[in-house]
Amino acid sequence: MKAVFALAGLFTIFVLLGILALLVTNGMKAFNHIPFSSFFNSSYWNPAALGEPSYGLWQLLWSSLMVTAGALVIAIPLGIGTAAYLSEVASARIRNVVKPIIEILAGIPSVAIGFIGIVLIGPAIADLFRLNNGFNALNGAILLAFMSLPTIISVSEDAMQAVPKSFREGSYALGGNKWITLTKVVLPASASGIIAACILGFGRAIGETMTVLMVTGNATAMPDSFFDPVRTLTATIAIELGEVPYDSPHYYALFVLGILLFLISLAVNFISEWVASRYRYKVS
Amino acid sequence: MGLTKRKKIQSFLGLRFLGLCTLIVLAFIIIVLSDIAWKGAGALSWEFIFSIPRKGMTEGGIYPALAGTVLVTMITALFSIPVGVATAIYLNEYASDSVLTKALRASIRNLAGVPSIIYGLFGVALFVEGAGLGSSVISSGLTLGLMTLPYIITSTEEALRSVPHTYREGALALGATKWEAIQTTVLPSAVPGITTGAILGLSRAAGETAPILFTGVTFYLRFPPDSLNNEFMALPYHLYILSTQHHAIEQVRPLAYGTALVLILLVILLNVIAFFIRYRFNKLKSSR
Amino acid sequence: MMNKEIKLEVKDLHLHFGEKHVLKGIDLKIPKNSIVALIGPSGCGKSTLLRSMNRMHDLNATVKMSGDILLDGESILNRQADAVAVRRKVGMVFQRPNPFPKSIFNNVAYGLQINGIARNGALKTAVTDALKDCYLWDELGDNLNRSALEMSGGQQQRLCIARTIAIRPDVILMDEPCSALDPISTARIEELILKLKEKYTIVIVTHNMQQAMRVSDYTGFMYLGELVEFDRTEKVFRNPEQDLTRRYVEGTFG
Repeated sequence: MKAVFALAGLFTIFVLLGILALLVTNGMKAFNHIPFSSFFNSSYWNPAALGEPSYGLWQLLWSSLMVTAGALVIAIPLGIGTAAYLSEVASARIRNVVKPIIEILAGIPSVAIGFIGIVLIGPAIADLFRLNNGFNALNGAILLAFMSLPTIISVSEDAMQAVPKSFREGSYALGGNKWITLTKVVLPASASGIIAACILGFGRAIGETMTVLMVTGNATAMPDSFFDPVRTLTATIAIELGEVPYDSPHYYALFVLGILLFLISLAVNFISEWVASRYRYKVS
Repeated sequence: MGLTKRKKIQSFLGLRFLGLCTLIVLAFIIIVLSDIAWKGAGALSWEFIFSIPRKGMTEGGIYPALAGTVLVTMITALFSIPVGVATAIYLNEYASDSVLTKALRASIRNLAGVPSIIYGLFGVALFVEGAGLGSSVISSGLTLGLMTLPYIITSTEEALRSVPHTYREGALALGATKWEAIQTTVLPSAVPGITTGAILGLSRAAGETAPILFTGVTFYLRFPPDSLNNEFMALPYHLYILSTQHHAIEQVRPLAYGTALVLILLVILLNVIAFFIRYRFNKLKSSR
Repeated sequence: MMNKEIKLEVKDLHLHFGEKHVLKGIDLKIPKNSIVALIGPSGCGKSTLLRSMNRMHDLNATVKMSGDILLDGESILNRQADAVAVRRKVGMVFQRPNPFPKSIFNNVAYGLQINGIARNGALKTAVTDALKDCYLWDELGDNLNRSALEMSGGQQQRLCIARTIAIRPDVILMDEPCSALDPISTARIEELILKLKEKYTIVIVTHNMQQAMRVSDYTGFMYLGELVEFDRTEKVFRNPEQDLTRRYVEGTFG
């Protein structure tokens, strides 16, 4: 029986390696047609241009990072604040109500969040800042913030809960109130876990496809501000993969974007684990 | 102002700020849900659920999309649950602390973080083009299955880990083989936990769009697919089409709201089922 | 000292948990139909020794063993010996009662079913007999479909004994079977252990020296992974050979 189960396990490893191998082999084929340097020398991504297509990655990468950074600026304070509230302030009854609601947020399909971006957030942004429409980086950042919040909240809260009770008691015994105990004892002791949570939130936001596809306007121009439309790495794959002919340079170029995203997700995973493991060491 | 008083005010304001953060998060969720519920309820009817889209999708219902989502989620379940549960059993019951085990655990953690659009790319290269399955229910189901796999493995392993070690020892001491011990004492105790995890994983898969975008979903069909090799409509993709790609977006907005409501209700329903299974299981455990 | 038939023999048994040397050359002969108590301070290796007698250490990959254990003259440690078959003959009762989350009937039927010993009518008889042997039948009567988890701790432990004797093992190992129980439940289990001696060979690990005196025929005193002294129980408690044993049974250390 053991062999059967081990086989299933091997299959899982095979899937991860398979994803990597398929992305790399397909991505490599792009370099048969497109010189490696042209992904970096040109700042514009316009593979469909007649005559001289350009494959500049910077604009896509910059767009992805911009929306994600905007999302984290919103999500990190909100997420840590909420996690601290749930872990240190809220009664068990409030926690039992709030946590399932946040779990529902984690479960709302991204396409429904994108829909909210179209019908609620977009018009609100357009009104507030007197723009023609609300399809821009800001809209994407707001939505991605709320999509990465469940991850940030739950991982941060776990880290705070893991702080031994004796630390808090020590602080109270020395005359510390709740706020001082939180800021001077609980947050420093759980810092690595909270940082890991934020890195995971980053990974969640930069990999998200449907919401950004639906609300960021998808213009292929270098954005100057959060009020400009942007087109992320993920959205580019989603828009173009359906249109390109199989086995064309453009098709393979999309796999290069895939490799980039895959490497980002691997890096996010390793860094967050590394940070979190330092934290375990500290507590023990 | 004395130090004590300043500390008191600081603490008061600080804790209020934390409460405010929580309120903002809750407000967003409640606004999202109530807006969709409020405006979607108007479109909702049995006819909406059980009829096909008509007149260039400006009228009619979502039946083919709902049926497509159910069908593709079933394929996802058929693939990801057996493989995922088997992997978790290997990890929790058999695996020693070897290089293979470490590689396996690292793979699972990394697979869980891979963006869903990458699964879409992988699905195109492997199932649609590589295996020649074409753009179909089966290609999409398998792609979603791969995406759900790490979730099922992790939740199953958690369920197995919560089964007391003494059950295994008790069975082994009575002459059970390892597999008999797992089959007769460990798995029955872990079933509620495994089911909860599987339902949550599948509810996520049912709401995904990016992995099916190029592996099988299509924007309009008059009927649910009659074979696994056909393309299908799906609720999340239908919502995407109605809200961004339709030629008369404002006109179909009520239909989009209705679709969003059905999609969210479906996901919440699955979550509630999972919640109750877990709740009953916990109650049973604490009564021991 | 023993001219009775030897049921279980431990020969120069060494056991390592990773780097830690836990059992250091144990030699022990256990006569048939006797009760042997293993005593000694925490961490002396008595439970480890017990668990090697039915291959429970197979579950732990860091354990390395050398030497041998013979059951009726045949090795149970070498590669040919099938751990499952060994455990079928050498049953075990654990420190904390560990009934399965099943009905009382199914707990006792479990071993009979997986070992293919009894079916249908015979199964029912075998379960009934085991419950009667453990004085549970009168207490529970026909109410065997209740969950075993609803029973009291003492009843649960007797159920675990019933479950073990239902498959008619040769040897029963008991790892501090009363440590989680109250004095009255303990008394009932001791009474049961004495009765079981007629049919089984029993090895019991205990912290409680009075218990060792009350139930056992032979007592082994272990200290730091070695079997310091093994003899008839009266001898070990009244007139031990070793000074270390004397100090332990008199309670001046440990």
